[in-house]
Amino acid sequence: MQKTIEEINKKIKQGRAVVCTAEEIIDVVKESGLKNAVKKVDVVTTGTFGPMCSSGAFLNLGHTKPKMKISKASLNGVEVFCGVAAADLYIGATQISQDDPANAIYPGSFKYGGGHLIEDLVAKKTIKIRAFSYGTDEYPRKEFFGKFTIDDINDTFLFNPRNCYQNYNVAVNLGKEKIYTYLGVLKPRMGNANYCSAGQLSPLLNDPEYRTIGIGTRIFLGGGIGYVAWNGTQHDPSAPRNEKNVPRSGAGTIAVIGDLKQMKPAWLRGTSIVGYGVSLTVGIGIPIPILDEDILKYTCITDKDIVAPVIDYSSDYPQATGRIVTEIDYASLKSGLITIKKKKVPTFPISSYPKALEIANILKSWIKKGGFFLTNPVAPLPGKESDIKFHPFKGKYK
Amino acid sequence: MDFSKRIVLHYPPSLTEKPIVYQLVKKYDIMFNILRARFSVEGEGMLLLELTGRKGNLAKSLKYLKEIGVKTEFVSQDIVRLERKCVHCGICSMVCPTAAFSINVPEMTVKLEPSRCIGCEECVKVCPYDAIKVFFL
Repeated sequence: MQKTIEEINKKIKQGRAVVCTAEEIIDVVKESGLKNAVKKVDVVTTGTFGPMCSSGAFLNLGHTKPKMKISKASLNGVEVFCGVAAADLYIGATQISQDDPANAIYPGSFKYGGGHLIEDLVAKKTIKIRAFSYGTDEYPRKEFFGKFTIDDINDTFLFNPRNCYQNYNVAVNLGKEKIYTYLGVLKPRMGNANYCSAGQLSPLLNDPEYRTIGIGTRIFLGGGIGYVAWNGTQHDPSAPRNEKNVPRSGAGTIAVIGDLKQMKPAWLRGTSIVGYGVSLTVGIGIPIPILDEDILKYTCITDKDIVAPVIDYSSDYPQATGRIVTEIDYASLKSGLITIKKKKVPTFPISSYPKALEIANILKSWIKKGGFFLTNPVAPLPGKESDIKFHPFKGKYK
Repeated sequence: MDFSKRIVLHYPPSLTEKPIVYQLVKKYDIMFNILRARFSVEGEGMLLLELTGRKGNLAKSLKYLKEIGVKTEFVSQDIVRLERKCVHCGICSMVCPTAAFSINVPEMTVKLEPSRCIGCEECVKVCPYDAIKVFFL
């Protein structure tokens, strides 16, 4: 049984497409079998909602009068990158406020930064700008203080260089002191284990060989429509995999892009991570067209099949030793209690499974209503046979 | 049958050196557990207690405290989760010492049981979305 994207889109247009979330498909296939389900189901929707560093937004303000080639600027006290063009700026999600004491008073609380700025922009709040320049003959203005909302500026689009990790580390602390990490608070002597993935709902785990998700794929991004722009930074498709084709480490990532003006603040949340900094919690949902049995089979992945490495964030992670404590499956992680080396360790999520499910359901309703069509990738993401491999810094230290 | 209540006691400076909790034990057969205690430089005191005893005796204890000038309030009224901001991630449950915040399995939503809260505010510090408020009146 083979289907094409065009056939599925025709059914979407007619309002006849059968769509399941990546959670629902597990039972559908269990009940009716792969052979029947592949005929019945057209699309499986996935979702994820967690802090995703390596996010940001470009914006073009429109020229002031007289014109200005902005060389240094802050929005709501958050420094933005100006080295793009005269009135083009880039907000980095992890940029902290200029006057934030950071970890000088440990652990820092990081109440505002790039992620919050993006959320405020999308929420149509007023943004204060302070911009400076050295002045040129055609861009004479040297200073600009003003205010604007998202509706006042020409363009703004989210462009996240690395989102949607296929799998992710589980963090523990083998040290003797409490530590604060981007994976949450870690109590000493393995007092807890924190994990961050939507597991069986996670987009790239449902298409582990990137057969349908590729460059150009239309997706749910931040409550609006976005696209996969490229393989994400640190994309590592050749990471070792288990018998279900689940990578045993981070592996695949995607860079995503989309018009910020049609996104919603509920799905792009500024995030304060104690002791670490700020980030942006991004909602992403990717539809998987069920073109054949093989693609369907992979969408039936369950939390039990997904295994993640447990890593010591007090030593092995910061020192980049590459050592792992053990491996653990997502069904165990989500039960709330795991056993590592005979010690019972409570587990806690960082990303939101309920919100990931909500995203998968929103995307499902968009497709069922005929408001969202699927795309053939323009080019595939580099797969396991590619020579792309994530590695530590290879240059010289001095 | 015994009941338990978690209450916050606010002492004026004139009472901080009086053995008030002792009176609760002596007069009303109350079992107490100190969960938090704090005194300001001006001498005002705050004591978070779990009181266990017969229903009538608990009521009498509260009346006694009021009479001698100690302000009391139930802790459960003080913790608020802002539903519009909460994303049900689970970070609050990781630092909560009394499991007032916990995760519902398998739906993975975050449950709040205000009666378990001791007002330590650890969750307020770590919530990435500024979704938890603890109020002491």
